[in-house]
Amino acid sequence: MPILEVKKLAKSFGKTEVLRGIDFSIEKGDVLSIIGSSGSGKTTLLRCLNFLEFADGGTISVNDKVIYDGATQKKMSEEFIREVRLHFGLVFQSFNLFPQYSVLKNITLAPSLLKFDTPEAIEKKALDLIEKVGLSEKIHSYPCELSGGQQQRVAIARALALNPDILCFDEPTSALDPELTGEVLKVIKELAKQNMTMVIVTHEMDFAREVSDKILFMDNGVVAVQGTPDEVFGNTENERLATFLQSYNQH
Amino acid sequence: MGFWDVTLSLIGGLKYTCLIFALTLVLALPLGLVIAFGSMSKFKPLSYVVKTFVWIIRGVPLMLQVIIFFYVPGFLMGTPVLSRFSSVIAAFVINYACYFSEIYRGGIESISKGQYEAGQVLGMTKTQIFFKIILMQVVKRILAPMSNEVITLVKDTALARVIMIVEVIQAAQNFAGYGLMWPLFYTAVFYLAFVGILTLVFGFFEKKLSYYRV
Repeated sequence: MPILEVKKLAKSFGKTEVLRGIDFSIEKGDVLSIIGSSGSGKTTLLRCLNFLEFADGGTISVNDKVIYDGATQKKMSEEFIREVRLHFGLVFQSFNLFPQYSVLKNITLAPSLLKFDTPEAIEKKALDLIEKVGLSEKIHSYPCELSGGQQQRVAIARALALNPDILCFDEPTSALDPELTGEVLKVIKELAKQNMTMVIVTHEMDFAREVSDKILFMDNGVVAVQGTPDEVFGNTENERLATFLQSYNQH
Repeated sequence: MGFWDVTLSLIGGLKYTCLIFALTLVLALPLGLVIAFGSMSKFKPLSYVVKTFVWIIRGVPLMLQVIIFFYVPGFLMGTPVLSRFSSVIAAFVINYACYFSEIYRGGIESISKGQYEAGQVLGMTKTQIFFKIILMQVVKRILAPMSNEVITLVKDTALARVIMIVEVIQAAQNFAGYGLMWPLFYTAVFYLAFVGILTLVFGFFEKKLSYYRV
């Protein structure tokens, strides 16, 4: 049984069709990487999964239960959306930590507001997560005192605090200096080892190849190629994919 | 008419200056937020009505608004409706709320979309996102323009004398009838002290919020 199944997902902004029928599924514990050039619809797909955008058509199912249907989206109450979106976590390209709160408060804020657990349990879990991402000495620091890589690690801990079934990453290292990407990728690899189900939009090809169970190559709003890393990186039939991969090999 | 007599009389006027200042601030700060939400409303007719209202209030001199609030309702009803003091407060509150609303709007719109989205994907409600995430960042951003507006309010209180509220300037001017001009200049000392205190208060808040960047 797939943990996440997406069928015929479509999304347009005005007359521009950004997603034109996306189909894919992943099993629990899998890591799915989505690659493709800018404007291919990767980020929009991720945003549809997190209900930051609402797909016009198609369905999203988690654990065999349809949680979103583009045909009936107008009938969804805000409360229902808030509930189903908790199946997913999202780590943003630009971190989006809350600047006025300490590292610890950034992580505990949402669970406390949602009354996820007792305050003590929430704090304990937050401290565990901070240790897991290697920032134990920064518990009381503020985001402006952290490097980009450290901020992104806090953002990952913040997303994990709500126990999402599927953790999504939107180009998690694109806003980082090259020497800082390693520490973030290391945390994601560690999560993969612990069988966290993840969907990662990335431009780090070597990383995608190493960490993924499955790769989607998106082109012009459709999934042009999908398969295991070896199948996708070894694919020579799809011209667009070949051109895309070549542009990476050049630098 | 000695120095102390004048000082005591000006302090009597200062009472009204302070009262107009404090009441306007306490009522206009929250009302401004309501007006800001109105002008940012996605329901277009409401947004247009509110924006037109703000244009009128900001476009007409405050002195004229004070006069209108005092004379026009009474003229229409055939009998005085608002006391002198209530008219001043009503005019000041509405006028300042409109100015504040534009400062709030600028502050709220300057917060990046990512902050709202981070709150959304963490399952927070719109109200939680506004009060727990956005508001504190807005407060920090608008502190400087707000301090300007609040300092202007201190000196605008002098407009109340147009309907014979005896605030500091009017109290001083009453001495002009006895041929004394210096009390009028003396009032500057009161204003300077008032604004000096406010500058310190705003400096304190600015320092207090300097631990984070937005």
